[in-house]
Amino acid sequence: MIRVVLPYHLRNLAKVSNEVVLEVAEPVTLRSVLDALEARYPVLQGTIRDHISQQRRPFLRFFACEEDLSHESPDAPLPDAVVSGKEPLLVIGAIAGG
Amino acid sequence: MSQVRVLVGTRKGAFIFTSDGKRENWEISGPFFAGWEMYHLKGSPADPNRIYASQTSSWFGQVVQRSDDGGKTWEAPGGGLTTTPEGFPKPASNRFVYDTSEGTGKPLTTHQFYDGKPHPWEFKRVWHLEPSLTDPDTVYAGVEDAAIFKSADGGTSWHEMAGLRGHGTGSQWQPGAGGMCLHSIILDPSDPKRMWIAISAAGAFRTDDGGVSWKPINKGLYSQYIPNPTAEIGHCVHHIAMSPSRPGVLFMQKHWDVMRSDDAGEQWHEVSGNLPTDFGFVIDVNSNDPETIYVVPIKSDSEHFVPDGKLRVYRSRAGGNEWEPLSKGLPQSNCYVNVLRDAMSVDKMDPCGVYFGTSGGQVYASNDNGDSWTAIVHDLPGVLSVEVQTLP
Repeated sequence: MIRVVLPYHLRNLAKVSNEVVLEVAEPVTLRSVLDALEARYPVLQGTIRDHISQQRRPFLRFFACEEDLSHESPDAPLPDAVVSGKEPLLVIGAIAGG
Repeated sequence: MSQVRVLVGTRKGAFIFTSDGKRENWEISGPFFAGWEMYHLKGSPADPNRIYASQTSSWFGQVVQRSDDGGKTWEAPGGGLTTTPEGFPKPASNRFVYDTSEGTGKPLTTHQFYDGKPHPWEFKRVWHLEPSLTDPDTVYAGVEDAAIFKSADGGTSWHEMAGLRGHGTGSQWQPGAGGMCLHSIILDPSDPKRMWIAISAAGAFRTDDGGVSWKPINKGLYSQYIPNPTAEIGHCVHHIAMSPSRPGVLFMQKHWDVMRSDDAGEQWHEVSGNLPTDFGFVIDVNSNDPETIYVVPIKSDSEHFVPDGKLRVYRSRAGGNEWEPLSKGLPQSNCYVNVLRDAMSVDKMDPCGVYFGTSGGQVYASNDNGDSWTAIVHDLPGVLSVEVQTLP
């Protein structure tokens, strides 16, 4: 079970109140987790990554286990703690402005 | 007695006001989609309970929302199952992809950036949603970077009408200060194949064949800030308006100049007349008298607030040139708000109601053709758009 924490506005859009739990087949990667997330919540398509290029939207970041995964390959395996469900994958809106 | 419903998009959510035909007491609901920029909401003339809304964010991109109960509840169409019953991928309602397909599409190429350099087309947001006059499931979207999209399935999927972006001058289009947006879409009630659109800063365009082919309609416009002031395209048109009762007579608020065309845009002439400044964003037409028009003059080029600290709507009862200030009920000191291009609308009552929202979060209403005004609300987030529905 993969745990994903979404930012406030995306939780509202997906109509979920807490973290999302997903079944994702191994190997568990950013791409496979986001694929599963968008399959469960189609309204999130295009809000985290571009519809066509599948690139991360510029103002969003990915973190897990206190590591910034934003610039990792989307096909790189996620940390074991994420795969085991001990730690969540965090989707975070970059903070802009004061 | 008829009812009036006012749809307000703001920088931090959407609001809906309702009143009876007297338009004196208002019920306010919202915010809907709190925290999101709501660029535009508009109801279907064919089914007033069908409302479309453009929800957008620099962080999370574009979402299209739809209500089928007059704005009480909303859904993102296409946000359900990911596949059709046949197992095909289901399109997402927020998927706006420029059409480059062979046959219907056009090569993506480039437009000009602010510095004149070629710049790739990038979808940013939906500025304006224009529902069909006859079919609740058909709706047009004006987007940034400028293009027009159409949905024939209630906003579930969108397809670019690529003849506009690819008609020939697209590579010369340039963004205005607010971005290269297609902000105005007008449908002709007398001819379902005719529509007008306007782009900042490319100009106005018309199709006579249902959106297959388009042509610039900017003759008579004069823009001193572009290399050729009378060029075919490049004019910063801020908004265009037309009375449904008189198709083909168009009014335009350009960056500078208020303009009028009596021949569907073939030729424009200036009707700024005695306005204190002919810069502004909004323009609209009285629903009962197509010669009565409204603008809100704005001080520019840099300030972008009303002149002299006074909020005044200007009305012409002569189709332009002769203007009178309307200030009863509006702040006449220390007021420094702007009124953005889609933030004025009229109802279909008699006398005509006129409504506009400001960058300061006020929404003003007049139930007497603009003679007097009251603020329905004072303290919303900055207002991006105002649309009005007149209900049975």
